[in-house]
Amino acid sequence: MTNTQIENPKILLETHHHPPTTWKTYFTFSTDHKVIGIQYIVTSFIFFLIGGILAMIIRGELITPEADLVDRTVYNAMFTMHGTIMLFLWTFPVLVGLANYLVPLMIGARDMAFPRLNAVAFWMVPVFGIILMASFFLPGGPAQAGWWSYPPVSLQNPTGNLINGQFLWLIAVAISGVSSIMGGVNFVTTIVKMRAPGMTFFRMPAYVWAVFSAQIIQLFGLPALTAGAVMLLLDLSIGTAFFDPAKGGNAVLFQHFFWFYSHPAVYVIILPVFGIFSEIFPVYSRKPLFGYKVVAVSSLLIAGVSGFVWVHHMFASGTPAWMRIVFMVSTMFVSVPTGIKVFAWVATIWGGKLRLTTPMLFALGGLIMFVFAGITGIMLSSVPIDIHVNNTYFVVGHFHYVLYGTVTMGMFAAFYHWFPKMTGRMYYEGLGKLHFWLSFIGTNLNFLPMHPLGLQGMLRRVSSYDPEYAFWNVIASIGGFLLGMSTLPFILNMIGSWVQGEKAPDNPWRAIGLEWLVASPPPVENFEEIPVVISEPYGYGKSEPLTANLEKQELARDLN
Amino acid sequence: MTVNSSISREELQESLETRTVEHTHDEAANSMFGFIVFLLSESIIFLSFFAGYIVYKTTTPDWLPPGVEGLEVREPAINTVILVSSSFVIYFAELALKRHNMWGFRLLWSTTMAMGSYFLYGQAVEWSSLHFSVTSGVFGGMFYLLTGFHGLHVFTGVVLQLIMLVRSLIPGNYDQGHFGVDATSLFWHFVDVIWIILFFLIYIWQ
Ligand code: HEM
Ligand SMILES: [Cu+2]
Repeated sequence: MTNTQIENPKILLETHHHPPTTWKTYFTFSTDHKVIGIQYIVTSFIFFLIGGILAMIIRGELITPEADLVDRTVYNAMFTMHGTIMLFLWTFPVLVGLANYLVPLMIGARDMAFPRLNAVAFWMVPVFGIILMASFFLPGGPAQAGWWSYPPVSLQNPTGNLINGQFLWLIAVAISGVSSIMGGVNFVTTIVKMRAPGMTFFRMPAYVWAVFSAQIIQLFGLPALTAGAVMLLLDLSIGTAFFDPAKGGNAVLFQHFFWFYSHPAVYVIILPVFGIFSEIFPVYSRKPLFGYKVVAVSSLLIAGVSGFVWVHHMFASGTPAWMRIVFMVSTMFVSVPTGIKVFAWVATIWGGKLRLTTPMLFALGGLIMFVFAGITGIMLSSVPIDIHVNNTYFVVGHFHYVLYGTVTMGMFAAFYHWFPKMTGRMYYEGLGKLHFWLSFIGTNLNFLPMHPLGLQGMLRRVSSYDPEYAFWNVIASIGGFLLGMSTLPFILNMIGSWVQGEKAPDNPWRAIGLEWLVASPPPVENFEEIPVVISEPYGYGKSEPLTANLEKQELARDLN
Repeated sequence: MTVNSSISREELQESLETRTVEHTHDEAANSMFGFIVFLLSESIIFLSFFAGYIVYKTTTPDWLPPGVEGLEVREPAINTVILVSSSFVIYFAELALKRHNMWGFRLLWSTTMAMGSYFLYGQAVEWSSLHFSVTSGVFGGMFYLLTGFHGLHVFTGVVLQLIMLVRSLIPGNYDQGHFGVDATSLFWHFVDVIWIILFFLIYIWQ
């Protein structure tokens, strides 16, 4: 018995009333996890666009070897804000948003454990977003010390004002940390305490496992960053000496605080995307997820190991040799559970009846680019290579394959896949495919050239460069602009379909999972009666195929 | 959109024939679980500060600011004894509440509050007598950061205790359950344990 969790057909038929959500609901302090989820997603997408505009300016500057578009301080602010916005206002909140929407539905709960805390955590996002944006209007402009804000660079204060870009940056990051810790408490409690009867840990979808592991990292990593940020804030505002070498402080200690969180943070970002892959590949291959239990447990394993690898970002920071070796080995160890996952997805797709819909294309593209990023990641974890390419475009290429190629593409896969559930409408497949091909070609054109550039020695965070690097930079910029354009069909598609798309059935993909049992969009209380789960997830293709296109409701009626 | 499916009819039928139940969750249990998770997370902030303190203490050449000999241990030690004892008092207050002995609860609970407040007072006196400030090198910064951040927690604890005391004056309020009291008391133990580590780090290991 491998099929999941489907309960009394009566419920399928009766929850079909419309949810009392109108567009106005999304501007209120709602405690419904589905509304909050969409609030998160839309808010972070707006910041994605802002971060994207900054990226266009950066690529515009780099299309010629001279610094001729913006001056150097503006350029510094551009890459600092680009990185900060993309991480703290796009990837983190958008993943939390998706998880907010899906987790209660997937585990058969009516809402998160603490709905009001959930809403408060969400509303902190626009607040710190606005605080961060406000720094564009300050004398001296936004922070310029890069998204990692290493002292002593971040302690420079040419304007002499207390309220400067760096100050607002730290406040924003601190608020973001508080909001994420609230989210972490809420997710962990929800997943541990609110599962429907019969939904044992080994009947949870792999996505829920991934969110669970990621939120555990948040809870145990973020406080370290918060501690470092508070100390840096004190240095900056009241003149303490923690990280200021001129006053006897220790600047490298900040790097430890920073990376103790920020390395595991990459798994906070990537694990839910692994979860998305694990949901999408089985549906569109019509096969169970290969090695489900191993995939599930490997998420927790990655979360655990990720706490012991942070020093690989500091190989070139005067770290003693023995420490470098320890952290080189531990870093390489992370690739074991990660590799197992990749193997499991490939085995899932292998020999399946593939349906190349937009979500499947995005997931496949994301997987291909993740494999590439993994290879460059293992290269970086080896000390001799890292010493050579540290602080060059090679690193930038590596993490953009992760952050655009895998995370952002994975998010798009999720948006398309769950769009019918969230809105009750179908998206336009043609526009979706256009979006995919523009992104896939754009990502590779943009970020692949960064690898040869880095190997040749082009440093990151420079606004002008030696003309010998011009060729690859022009290609990268063209790819960048293509990537910028690729968001247009997406926006058109989402808005257009939401307003007047074809009505979506409850389960358009014939997927298995509790979220597909409720109406599209789901009613406010999710489940009128809480379902009882009786088997493991991913029971696809165990036996003869059913006729195509048979609606689950009809089927339920048939069987009754 | 054409969609293929290969779930077998029997399988679906099999799974459709399951029961449904009305499932309720125990809110107080959830809240307590969430609160414990939060405290675990918060302890990482303290651990980070402690780790920073140890790194500074073992690597900084001029650890103490010029003219400072070290910290006076006597008064903080008395303060420590008071704070640690208050953890026992609050435990008995909670016990009294569980036995529905309301006046016993209020008395012991107020005693905890008094002890906590005395701790804060003692720390204020200490701070005002010190000859270094938060900008006196890494030592000064660390000292005020650790004691200040901990003091803020003690203060929060006392405020929470006050709220719970006022709520206990409303008849019948704690008949059904008393998550607030339990959480406050857990928080108090947490703050206490942190102080013990802090006391050894800062005052004993000089
Ligand atoms: C196979 C797994 C991975 C390995 C072995 C790996 C390894 C590394 C190493 C060693 C560096 C430091 C390079 C340097 O500073 O010289 C680095 C940088 C980076 N990685 Fe990864 N990584 C992996 C996965 C990821 C993931 C999943 C993400 C994000 C979702 C990510 C994002 C980043 C970022 C943002 C940086 C640059 C940080 C900075 O210098 O500002 N990596 N990676
Ligand atoms: Cu790392």
